[in-house]
Amino acid sequence: MPVEIALYCVAALLATSVLGVATSRSPAGTPLVYGICLAASAIALVSALAQLLAGGATDSTLVLPLGLPWLGSHFRIDALAAFFLVVVNLGGGAASLFALGYGRHETVPHRVLPFYPAFLAGMNLVVLADDAFTFLLCWEFMSLSSWALVMAHHRDPENRRAGYIYLLMASFGTLALVLAFGLLAGPDGGYGFAAIRASAHPATMIAALVLVLVLLGAGSKAGLVPLHVWLPLAHPAAPSHVSALMSGVMTKVAVYGFIRIIFDLLGEPSWWSSMIVLALAGITTVLGVLYALMQHDLKRLLAYHTVENIGIIFIGLGLALAFRTNGMEWAAALAFTAALFHVFNHSLFKSLLFFGAGAVLNSTGERDMERLGGLIHRMPLASFAFLVGCVAISALPPLNGFVSEWLTFQAILLSPELPQWGLKILIPVVGALLALSAALAGACFVKAFGVTFLGRPRSKHAEKALETDNFSLAAMFLLAALCLLAGILPGFVIDALAPVAQSLVDGHMPAQSTLSWLAIIPVSESRSSYDGMLVFVFIALSALLSVYAIHRLASHKLRRAPAWDCGFPDPSPLTQYTASSFAQPIRRVFGTVVFRARERVEMPPPGDPSPAVLHVTLHDPVWDWFYAPVAFAVGFAAERLNHLQFLTIRRYLMLVFVLLILLLLVAAIWL
Amino acid sequence: MALIRDFAVQLAQMLLVLALAPALTGLVRKVKARLLRRRGPPLFQPYRDLLRLLRKEAVLAENASWLFRVAPYLIVSATWVAAALIPTFATGLMFSWSADLIAIIALLASARFFLALAGMDVGTSFGGIGSSREVMIASLAEPAMIVIVFTLALIAGSTQLSTIAGFLGSPEVGLRVSLGLALIALIIVALSENARIPIDNPATHLELTMVHEAMVLEYSGRHLALIELASMLKLLLYVSLIACLFVPWGLAPPEGSFAAYFAGALAYLAKLAVAGILLAVFETAIAKMRVFRVPQFLGAALMLGLLGMLLRFVSGGF
Repeated sequence: MPVEIALYCVAALLATSVLGVATSRSPAGTPLVYGICLAASAIALVSALAQLLAGGATDSTLVLPLGLPWLGSHFRIDALAAFFLVVVNLGGGAASLFALGYGRHETVPHRVLPFYPAFLAGMNLVVLADDAFTFLLCWEFMSLSSWALVMAHHRDPENRRAGYIYLLMASFGTLALVLAFGLLAGPDGGYGFAAIRASAHPATMIAALVLVLVLLGAGSKAGLVPLHVWLPLAHPAAPSHVSALMSGVMTKVAVYGFIRIIFDLLGEPSWWSSMIVLALAGITTVLGVLYALMQHDLKRLLAYHTVENIGIIFIGLGLALAFRTNGMEWAAALAFTAALFHVFNHSLFKSLLFFGAGAVLNSTGERDMERLGGLIHRMPLASFAFLVGCVAISALPPLNGFVSEWLTFQAILLSPELPQWGLKILIPVVGALLALSAALAGACFVKAFGVTFLGRPRSKHAEKALETDNFSLAAMFLLAALCLLAGILPGFVIDALAPVAQSLVDGHMPAQSTLSWLAIIPVSESRSSYDGMLVFVFIALSALLSVYAIHRLASHKLRRAPAWDCGFPDPSPLTQYTASSFAQPIRRVFGTVVFRARERVEMPPPGDPSPAVLHVTLHDPVWDWFYAPVAFAVGFAAERLNHLQFLTIRRYLMLVFVLLILLLLVAAIWL
Repeated sequence: MALIRDFAVQLAQMLLVLALAPALTGLVRKVKARLLRRRGPPLFQPYRDLLRLLRKEAVLAENASWLFRVAPYLIVSATWVAAALIPTFATGLMFSWSADLIAIIALLASARFFLALAGMDVGTSFGGIGSSREVMIASLAEPAMIVIVFTLALIAGSTQLSTIAGFLGSPEVGLRVSLGLALIALIIVALSENARIPIDNPATHLELTMVHEAMVLEYSGRHLALIELASMLKLLLYVSLIACLFVPWGLAPPEGSFAAYFAGALAYLAKLAVAGILLAVFETAIAKMRVFRVPQFLGAALMLGLLGMLLRFVSGGF
């Protein structure tokens, strides 16, 4: 039954897409389209949540006579799909609610309204698909509809470049997935997921090849380094509610693709393939947050930070893979649950933060943090919700980001029991990288919030900002409340994830919600426990106690005066720390190695009144070492092959002949 | 009955850390002054300072937001909760299971997050410089601390502070290479987290090298009192942490008698005094570092911690 409900919602979304074409030029189009999207997402969310909470024991399947004639289109909701449907539709619903307000300011609604419901439908369909053909078709549909949204403001050359790179990377990713499914299906070509699952598991090398291909395909969509390059360009280019969906939700659909293929369809990959995942994930976390720290465009900073969080999720998945191949199901369940918990958390706070960035963009017209500041006075509610998101994403208790990172740390601490030396050496290093990235994330969001919302306004636009509309605020506060709830009641989330872990790693974490004081105990009580509820209550109580004590004991007098600033306050807001100057110490510590950051001060000669100029050059190591050689090789080959355009017919025929002989020779030697 | 006793121990601990924190700071200042052949303020001067600050009117910068006024309360409460969860004189704390060592560190990180934001709120250049440098230092000190926790957790098989302290106090531990590395790293982290020399100078003002003091420059009156109290609590917290991990002798066991609690309290006071004197001697003997030498110093802590952890992964014997 749930699969029918989900498909009806998808059909409604697709119909809305057509409606969007028809009504996009009328003012009623925006509320109509987003309203229907909100309703459809809410219905799909409730249905998926009901199935997940019911234990996900019964899979609901459906075959439609679409797609390949001998295969049909298979759809199925199991526990994993139900969980990801919750993530997709929660994010989709919140984004639609936000867009009810935000979308009214859209200058080109006819370029957004038709594609937005299609994008939502595409993400739902990927999760629902139960055969390789439908999966790939929906995956491509999702990519293309989001590409159209990235290109909504196509007059900006930067957006066109972003769209081009996105299209290139998306096609490359789908190609890798096609090959992976080809290897999985084998020569008989059983493309239904049930057939793949039932077939004999592929040999070790084939399994490793499939893993690499899926890392390329799903990893490029999720944003694993070094395949992340399109992400910080494309996510900010789209309208903000779409950015939230792309960063908060679409990357999770990619994670779903990885889990579905590697944990469900592939069988047992060898232990060293988990090392590939862990190494990539560790590098992704630290590089992602370092990139984010170097940005001064608020939306781009958030997009780069998504890369970091994807790394954290993949660290959990890599650990789960390592534990599972060694038969430690309980540890695998812990790592897997941590990864899924982070999937859920990240979809909440990243959407929230992009909404905040959208609200700022709407009321000031600025994305550049160097021209913002002081918005906490003019947008008090939006800035409060954004602050909650910042605390949550920086993994600070008692909010939700901390819980999933804490669970990941607990999983890392179980890894000395693994027998393989490679993993024993790699996992502590990955743990240290995770700790480093957690601390850098805190720095990154002090910067993001401090420069954007605190201090004094740095431009006229920031000075005249107004509070955002009520729909946007409602969406932001909904997500902020969920961040707090998931942080103080983590046991319920972990229990809801138990059937997912049970179905994929053959084990689940002990039941948490029945424990006293709502604590969570991943392994045993003497080993580790955490109680978000109590920590929250303690902080609240001691804060209240100190407020009371101060109220009773201290002077109540308060005076407003000019800032002290060591006696030299400067009235110009330009003397404040900016985003770049805030990141300067970290740039000098980490950036000189990672980004080959160089600073050069150009002092005018004595007597010349022109200002001194500071030049900072940063090199992106991934572009320099990875993409630049590839681009050069492609360009070089194209240049050489260009000659083939101008041959005579005789020579073309000869080429065909030579090629035929060569192929026949190869066939003769091979067979 | 046992519940009431555990609760009483927890309550006593909460009040004890709050009561002792200014005295420890006072002791360090006094010993430092004596070492410099000054007479120094009396031991109880920090209490008087706090009371004086409470009675003064608070002066807020014109564009200070609500965050600036709320932050001191959040900072002091997060630090207080963290300090109350570290065993000082007894291990049987009622709520010690509600946050393990990783969570305690994260609580301190929360306090720092709000402190750094408060530094940026008024929009002065000094506040920005302080926050920016504070997060740079934290971005190295915090992972070092987590790695140290990993080492300890792998030795004791737990991240629960009471369990770790109990295990390290038991005779089966003995001397270990990884513990030694962790101790050195933890001391470096503690120095940097508390803004002590050679990372930062707690007594400095009006110079470009200050970090912590630059962030709190705009605070006055009751808000400043809270911030000062929070940093005193933090110093006490780190001393208690080092004491309960590396010199766990005298800690009363969970089901202890009244005499054991009394002995534990006396031992704790002695440990605090020794630590305070050592800190003062160390600070007098060493000069402050340039700010961009700090990453190397803290990087050493991170590497020592990582080495200790790797040794534990490689073999259980280290």
